[in-house]
Amino acid sequence: MDGTVFAVLQLCVALALAPFLPGIVNRVKAVAAGRRGPPLLQTWRDIAKLLGKSAVYSRTTGWVFRAGPVVALAAATAALCIVPWAGGGALLSFDGDLILFAGLLALMRFVTIIAALDTGSAFEGMGASREAWFSSLGEPALLLGLAAVARTRGSVSLAGILGVTTTVPGGAAAVIFLVTCSLFIVYLAENARIPVDDPDTHLELTMIHEVMALDHGGIDLAYIQYGASLKLWVLGGLVASLAVPRTGQWYLDAAAGIAGIVVVAAATGVVESIMARLRLIRVPQLLVAALAMSALGMALSLMTNLPNPPSVAV
Amino acid sequence: MILVLLLPLAAMLLVGLAAAVLAGAPQAARAVGAIGMCAASVGGLAAAIAALVLGDASSLALPWNAAIGASFSVAFDPLTGFFLLPIYGLSAVCAVFGAGYLSHAHHGRGVAAHWLFYGLLVSSMALVVMARNAVLFLVAWEIMSLSSWQLVTFEHEREETRQAGITYLVATQIGTAFLLVMFLVLGTGSVSDAGGAGGAAGGAAGSLDFAQLGASGRAASAVFLLALVGFGTKAGIVPLHVWLPEAHPAAPSHVSALMSGVMIKTGIYGIVRVLSFIGAPPAWWGWTLVLIGAVSGVVGVLFALAQHDIKRLLAYHSVENIGIICLGLGVGLLGISFGSTTVAFLGFAGGLLHVLNHALFKGLLFLGAGSASHAAGTREIDRLGGLMRRMPLTGAAFLVGAAAICGLPPLNGFVSEILVFLGAYGAASAGPAAPAAAAAIVVAALAFIGGLAAACFTKAFGISFLGEPRTPAAAAAVEAGPSMTVPVLILAGACAGIGLLGFVAVSFIAPLAGAVAGIDTAAALAIQEAAGAGLVKVSLVAGVLAALVLGLVILRAALLSRRTVRNAGTWDCGYTLPDARMQYTSSSFAQPLTGMFRLGTHRHWTPISVPFPERAEFSSHTPDVFSQGVFRPAFAGIGALLSRMRWLQHGRLQLYVLYVAATLLVLLMWKLG
Repeated sequence: MDGTVFAVLQLCVALALAPFLPGIVNRVKAVAAGRRGPPLLQTWRDIAKLLGKSAVYSRTTGWVFRAGPVVALAAATAALCIVPWAGGGALLSFDGDLILFAGLLALMRFVTIIAALDTGSAFEGMGASREAWFSSLGEPALLLGLAAVARTRGSVSLAGILGVTTTVPGGAAAVIFLVTCSLFIVYLAENARIPVDDPDTHLELTMIHEVMALDHGGIDLAYIQYGASLKLWVLGGLVASLAVPRTGQWYLDAAAGIAGIVVVAAATGVVESIMARLRLIRVPQLLVAALAMSALGMALSLMTNLPNPPSVAV
Repeated sequence: MILVLLLPLAAMLLVGLAAAVLAGAPQAARAVGAIGMCAASVGGLAAAIAALVLGDASSLALPWNAAIGASFSVAFDPLTGFFLLPIYGLSAVCAVFGAGYLSHAHHGRGVAAHWLFYGLLVSSMALVVMARNAVLFLVAWEIMSLSSWQLVTFEHEREETRQAGITYLVATQIGTAFLLVMFLVLGTGSVSDAGGAGGAAGGAAGSLDFAQLGASGRAASAVFLLALVGFGTKAGIVPLHVWLPEAHPAAPSHVSALMSGVMIKTGIYGIVRVLSFIGAPPAWWGWTLVLIGAVSGVVGVLFALAQHDIKRLLAYHSVENIGIICLGLGVGLLGISFGSTTVAFLGFAGGLLHVLNHALFKGLLFLGAGSASHAAGTREIDRLGGLMRRMPLTGAAFLVGAAAICGLPPLNGFVSEILVFLGAYGAASAGPAAPAAAAAIVVAALAFIGGLAAACFTKAFGISFLGEPRTPAAAAAVEAGPSMTVPVLILAGACAGIGLLGFVAVSFIAPLAGAVAGIDTAAALAIQEAAGAGLVKVSLVAGVLAALVLGLVILRAALLSRRTVRNAGTWDCGYTLPDARMQYTSSSFAQPLTGMFRLGTHRHWTPISVPFPERAEFSSHTPDVFSQGVFRPAFAGIGALLSRMRWLQHGRLQLYVLYVAATLLVLLMWKLG
């Protein structure tokens, strides 16, 4: 199959399927709690309903508040253009695209935070402060972890890191395992899931991400929910692709990619079923643990004699 | 060409003198100063661009008997040209801003003197990067330090301004002392055979022109360390940064912008220039720069986070950005030492491009902060708020600068940081274990700095410009005049332009980065094309982003076009009548991070203990660990030591005469004996 066509299909499938992921998480939680749970389509239904609403804006807010959801959704969509979650290459892959990926996630956070601060609400200020706090610890874990994997695969593009068809050399497996664990924690933190944040409570003091969206409604809230689904998909794709081997057959890889993302979402549901949200001051310890695993992965990749010793790029 | 390049220097001095002559007529002095400085700077900028495009390499050497080895030797090369761009560019916009900013200054003499020293500062910075003789360099360096000191103490009626001036003066003089020793070592070629730096003056028969300077082996390492301390004091690397958070807030905003945007970069220029004298770097030089960069970056941004004076916050961010530049230069040196031209090129390209980018966004942020504090009458972030509605242009420009300094795509900070990242990832993924470990430190540090910077600038922008005004003064703020908004808008446009056209910026920086990394033009071109191909994709993603934003905005507008759009109070969980002072403050926003890193924030408050409290207070203050823990005790110790010599100074004239006679006697005995 042609690379570009495949990349476009990869993007479209993600855009269509991403809103099912919150449904999968909730279904797993419901089943674990002995309930039936909302339908998998629920997020799509919510988005459709919200798009039909009129708008109420706070008198305190200005264009920054209205720009927040728009830029955040645009950044999440742009991030989907560079993550090849189904193998092959993404639409806009290049050497170093993983840095742009982290940059787009940072842009998404930045606009969400300033949109929250624009309301002048102390609740949203508190959520914004916590988001800034935790993300500053998650970012090094993400980029250092990717550096460790980059060393085992000898490539600095997401396509090269995630889309390899060769079997993983023995020494690298431990590195990849550590980084996968680290990135799973980053995934939970970035997507505001338990144990970092609780997406279900509406007690504002316990929330981080949800509280920043308190004043958004209607179409803006639809953008935010869709953006959150895309973020769940794109980070899930990153975590899953590290662990899932590639075959080179596009339909097998695509199926494995989707299955991996679903498994990661289901794992999130399991985590949310079996544990409570951590106390706020414990959350940095969790994120530092993720950073430590990334650092350990990097140290291992430096020490391991890889079967294909990396060559000096000249 | 070199004469054309020297012309703006002379023009600035003349304008400065003219303004000084007009001291009696403040209006005239202001107009002459601002217009003249701006015109001379624009001329200088045009000349520098022309010389860069033409590949000019002209030089001029005039005899100068100021000191042994001195000559008035100036020249142009890509490194000089690259540093001239931010110097003249920022000088031009700061002069325009200064005209508006100083329009309320009451004393005409101060304003006239201000423009004289402004001209001296800009022309001496230009001379610093053009000088090709150690003596000329040091003279220009000192003029630069002293004229900027005069500018810092513009509002010298205030006690803290005078204190800041003294701190700055002492710091810069200590830095220069290291530079003196460094040039003496360079001039002798080697310390080991001359019996230490003290014997260096013996080699003074030679010229101190840059072409004659050199060192190798241990002498080269000594020069490297001396340069790090001497130039690092000016640049503001940790722990030599202590003067920055004092001097920058004290100075008028356009002077802060100029000092933080370009003057501290002359320290970076010095380090890069000296690296060209001392040959191939051993691996530990790269390690040193990486560690210095990582520590400066993280410490700088953490202390920035703890500040609630907006200009002090920005000053600490300069420390952070100098750290990022050092990380880039460190990656470059590591690349040279383990033989990877790609890594070396990317490191130097990223570090040097960040010099230009930081000049743009830090200039923008200082000017924007100046407008805001000018309009609201305070620099305290916690007394601002809601300025976005009152100052829409300044606010929008400040937002661009804030996003750019956080390294967010698609702005210019991202372009230079991705180059440093690419170099580090190149070393981490394919280099030998040792440089790969250093590169891993670079990756982790840059990512951490980026995250903390985002926390810091969402705070600085969000608390001061968004929400409701916290004080009546902030509520009464109005947009500044065009002379203060046009400069920030120009700088915001430059930030966005470089960000959107990152590949152009890389091809622009490529010849210089290649020269600094010591790789030939063809190889540099190949690497630049590879990196540029990636940055073209970045620009494409930026285009996708812009298209999506536009599409989503149109979609929302279309959906809302026939529906009601109402305005209401912020919901705030049903509590609809909040007071503006109930908003989150900058201290509370930053508290989780400053608390986690135990930055030693002092808090003072009156506890509320009765059911109907009358008056309560809370204040917090985060002193600089290095200033309080290192320099204050050190200077106190030196002071105590020197005060023991006080018995020599007792005021009795007879004994002084005796000292003179005894000294003469000893000297005569030594000479004759």
